[in-house]
Amino acid sequence: MSPDPLLRVEGLVKRFGGFRALDGVSFHLAPGEVLGLMGPNGSGKTTCINVISGLYAPDGGAVRFDGQAIGGQKAHLLARAGINRTFQSPKPFLSLTVAENVAVAATYGNGSGKPVDVMALLAELELDGLAHRPAGDLNSAQQKTLDLARALATAPRILLVDELAAGLNPAELSHMASRLRALAAGGMALLVVEHLMGFIDKVTDRVIVMNAGREIFEGTLADATRDAEVVRVFLGGAHG
Amino acid sequence: MPDRKRIAGDLGLAALVVVAMSVAHGVYSNELLLFNFVMFLTLSQGLNLIYGFTGYLPFGYVGFFGAGAYGFALAVMHLHSPPLLALAIAGLAALVLAVILAPLLRLSGAYFAIASLAAAQALYEVIANPDLQDLTKGPYGVSLSGVFAPRLSYFVAVAIMAVTFALVVWLRNSRFGLSLQAIREDPVSAAMAGVSVVRGRMVAWLLSSVIAGLSGGVFAWHISVFYPDTVFDVTFSIFATVFTLFGGATTLTGPLLGVFFLYGVYNAIGITVPQYFQLIYGALIMGLVLFLPNGLVSLLTRRGFRVP
Ligand SMILES: Nc1ncnc2c1ncn2[C@@H]1O[C@H](COP(=O)(O)OP(=O)(O)O)[C@@H](O)[C@H]1O
Ligand SMILES: [Mg+2]
Repeated sequence: MSPDPLLRVEGLVKRFGGFRALDGVSFHLAPGEVLGLMGPNGSGKTTCINVISGLYAPDGGAVRFDGQAIGGQKAHLLARAGINRTFQSPKPFLSLTVAENVAVAATYGNGSGKPVDVMALLAELELDGLAHRPAGDLNSAQQKTLDLARALATAPRILLVDELAAGLNPAELSHMASRLRALAAGGMALLVVEHLMGFIDKVTDRVIVMNAGREIFEGTLADATRDAEVVRVFLGGAHG
Repeated sequence: MPDRKRIAGDLGLAALVVVAMSVAHGVYSNELLLFNFVMFLTLSQGLNLIYGFTGYLPFGYVGFFGAGAYGFALAVMHLHSPPLLALAIAGLAALVLAVILAPLLRLSGAYFAIASLAAAQALYEVIANPDLQDLTKGPYGVSLSGVFAPRLSYFVAVAIMAVTFALVVWLRNSRFGLSLQAIREDPVSAAMAGVSVVRGRMVAWLLSSVIAGLSGGVFAWHISVFYPDTVFDVTFSIFATVFTLFGGATTLTGPLLGVFFLYGVYNAIGITVPQYFQLIYGALIMGLVLFLPNGLVSLLTRRGFRVP
């Protein structure tokens, strides 16, 4: 059977003013597993990642990492503990070089005890040719890959990936898919937010579908496409 | 991956200026002018620590300078401290002020700049208050003729400058300096990279303020007679800011260029024909903001050259 969950999200609530961006989300994620997080725009996927990664404190519910409640802990401490993420719009340190971007994370965010080889990581992600260029020179897809490199430099146990595939060409897409699968094969737990069905199908073991701050489905992608409520949410524009 | 060649180059430039300012004292007779150069070299690099590396621009930077000057004066007048101990108290006074003002770091951009200026102004009002005459001598100013030592205080100022340069070289070549720049570029990403944003900003803020405090202390020692208006003059902030921006923040070279060129021009023509000076100064700054927002050094750095 599947190993014990590394991440357990229970009834998570996040409010912005009176609006509940997360309205009681629950799911779990095991080491080596890739969980797809789907849902229409505004359904709360990014907010969910923001709360788990410590950018926002939850207003209710719990986030458990390895059994410990971590909701509301500071982001830099969670990064060191092994939770990292990419950003839907990439957020590199624009004036620093690509290598420096990753070096900061390798220096401050790696709590694993095993040093990370920055140049080898850049080579793996095919950013080595750009290592000494300012991150501001990179195009958007390259900046997203740099976000991933920075996250991986902290040797995370949980990686939260927010729409990494958008903007990649088909060759890059399939490359990125195998990369994420390789990370999971190495024991990392991945939560992957994505719209592209093909990518989700290739990468994930299981998906959950969110709508209006709640999860409405959990299971395989194939079952999700046959689920009446999921179909209604995606095709009917249920979210205004 | 500290790069020895880079560090050697940076330290070489720093040493060159330190030696030049030391030798100049024996060659050039206008000691006060030389002292002012040393002071602005120090203040500009001190401002560079906080502005260049974290992006916070404190218009009220002079508040730390004034706190240092009065810290020095009060220690000499009331505790009869020897000058070097009084100087340590000057640095401590600025440090305490920086801790009190640390919550301002929660503000961003223009709000931070203005709030720090208001804080400096408030401190000035307290010190210049005639009711505190027994303690601070209020608006009537202080006289420290008992410790007057222009030559020694000059070289102590050079030493403070040298330490400040060394700090900038360290930040330019260390992982900690890199983490500060990461915070400046994107605090959210910096946190995800494991950097403690609050702590990093705080360290830069305290270092920067102590430098201004020591600078104010040694200024008080050097001129020995001054008024609250002298040491809380916002011109100190403006000059340090303009010199830093002119040459280019986050480098050692930039503020040096700014001081030697702009303060040089100021002393050559500014004092005799101030109206032309202000015109030229204003035009220079506008041209710079429009065409070279990252300062003179960006002519080189944006072509991929590294300057110290
Ligand atoms: N910082 C914020 N302040 C206010 N509202 C927010 C904030 N972040 C997200 N929201 C709102 O929460 C809802 C969910 O957003 P988000 O999590 O970004 O959705 P998704 O990633 O699924 O597209 C949206 O309606 C969005 O406008
Ligand atoms: Mg989103």
